[in-house]
Amino acid sequence: MLKLSHINKTFNLGTINEKAALRDLNLHLEPGDFVTVIGGNGAGKSTMLNAVAGVWPVDSGSITIDGMDVTGLPEYKRAKYIGRVFQDPMMGTVPNMQIEENMALAARRGRPRGLRWGVTKEEKELYHEKLKILGLGLENRMTSKVGLLSGGQRQALTLLMASLQKPKLLLLDEHTAALDPATAAKVLELSDAIVEKDKLTAMMITHNMRDAIVHGNRLIMMNAGQIILDIRGEEKKHLTKKDLLDKFAEIAGVQEESDQVLLS
Amino acid sequence: MDILTYLQSLSLSNLLSRMPAAIAQGLIWGVMALGVYVTFRMLDIADLTVDGSFAVGGAVTVMLLMAGWPAWAALLAAVIAGVITGLCTGILHTKLGIPAILAGILTQFALYSINLRIMGQANQTASIKKFGLIFDPESHGKGFLVSSLYIPQAILVGLIIAGILIAGFYWYFGTEQGSAIRAAGSNPAMIRAQGININTMQILGLALSNAAVALAGGLMTQFQGTADVNMGRGSIVIGLAAIIIGEVLCDALFRKGCSFAVRLIFVVLGGVLYYIVMTIILWLRLDPNDLKLLTAVIVAIFLAVPYLQKQSHSSFKRAGKMALKNEKEAHHA
Repeated sequence: MLKLSHINKTFNLGTINEKAALRDLNLHLEPGDFVTVIGGNGAGKSTMLNAVAGVWPVDSGSITIDGMDVTGLPEYKRAKYIGRVFQDPMMGTVPNMQIEENMALAARRGRPRGLRWGVTKEEKELYHEKLKILGLGLENRMTSKVGLLSGGQRQALTLLMASLQKPKLLLLDEHTAALDPATAAKVLELSDAIVEKDKLTAMMITHNMRDAIVHGNRLIMMNAGQIILDIRGEEKKHLTKKDLLDKFAEIAGVQEESDQVLLS
Repeated sequence: MDILTYLQSLSLSNLLSRMPAAIAQGLIWGVMALGVYVTFRMLDIADLTVDGSFAVGGAVTVMLLMAGWPAWAALLAAVIAGVITGLCTGILHTKLGIPAILAGILTQFALYSINLRIMGQANQTASIKKFGLIFDPESHGKGFLVSSLYIPQAILVGLIIAGILIAGFYWYFGTEQGSAIRAAGSNPAMIRAQGININTMQILGLALSNAAVALAGGLMTQFQGTADVNMGRGSIVIGLAAIIIGEVLCDALFRKGCSFAVRLIFVVLGGVLYYIVMTIILWLRLDPNDLKLLTAVIVAIFLAVPYLQKQSHSSFKRAGKMALKNEKEAHHA
């Protein structure tokens, strides 16, 4: 479903801040893969997701989504295939627009915006049903401004919005990092449910090793702009936190002790 | 004694007699404010093009009137000219990466020369006598839409045009495209993630905004019978003043917040109120040269109020004072 071949990206090339963020990165996701991504700060996790989303062009390599080469497409054109939830709950929704207006914007992801009415009556009914699934009571507040919602509510809404028009790829960039543990758990549960129900292909970055182990069918670990570990299937089911830490130390070397702390 | 004679010299009936003309002219400023609203509130851009596009609307209208065009057609041409000025600023900003404020200033600056070219001199006059008013059967539908010589008709036409514009905006900003424009100003990252080209939305918004502003410029030219290369100077501030007056009133009257359509109506009303205030100031025989200073002060105060209100609830100064107070109390106890 997603194929990254030999991706390179260097930021601030030729300056003192030069940073090779992705180095000859290769990744191949099968349809229905739900991959959790872990790695220390600066390992290139978010950079990889941003490369896929097309936030900026890569220096070299190719990105293919469901057989289509999207390497040359800008962010807004790739959006057709990609649903996204960001780390910052404020980023995924428009605060001064209504819940239903936000949903309508997302339901038309990747489609040209014409002069048809922004939110139709049938849509409102559909959204009402969809919001019920969240169990947050938002279905009764559909004309409220999203800015009035809490961070957790906004993240849940963003998640729902990302799946309104089935994406070929769902990118979750530490989407629970800014939430309290109870809300984070709820949003994660919801993520699982949505991925499973719509049989989505998804990538989820997390700093929580337990979450990375529990969720998804595949786990990748990144370090210095490369994938250093790729565990799937049965092997992942039996994975423990200790296994991961051991493997990390083994591959990345002992000098990375500080990163281990960040990973836990 | 002097004050007494000054007060005696002011006649209330004189003020009242000036009011209809103030309302008529205020409605035209209200139409312009609707244009400014699109960029300032929806795109979150303070678009300085408007000072130029208002005058472009005037210049195009006056020249076409002099050439014998029907007044409505002259206005239509003014609107198209306004669209072009918006496109210029939009392209400077989005395609060439110039900050929005600077892009507007550049377009506005260039428009001064262009307006002089259009008119051939600093100002031109088109007499209403040639066609008369559009209501006049003799004009064969070619007459002026508004004129300071026919105030009741001018108010009526002003209301109709403002009404059509409000209805149009209400419809457009409810469509998929209009929603995208509204979202673009509020959360650009989200908008890109939804597959919307933010550049296109900004260009569309700027074109639409300046179209309305140029329309107002054209109306003002018909109202006054003349266009001047400086007629747009300060339009952005007047537009902002109208928006702010309208919004403050709207929020004061509707505690629960008002709908989009009501908000647009209040923006036009803000333009009318602004001009009424200016008329009162003139009636008080203050120096007209001070008007711009007064307007700027008023706009600055209203723009600052929300910020200062927030500050009064939480500021370092306040936090410091509280800490000091608590310390003292602890000391005494």
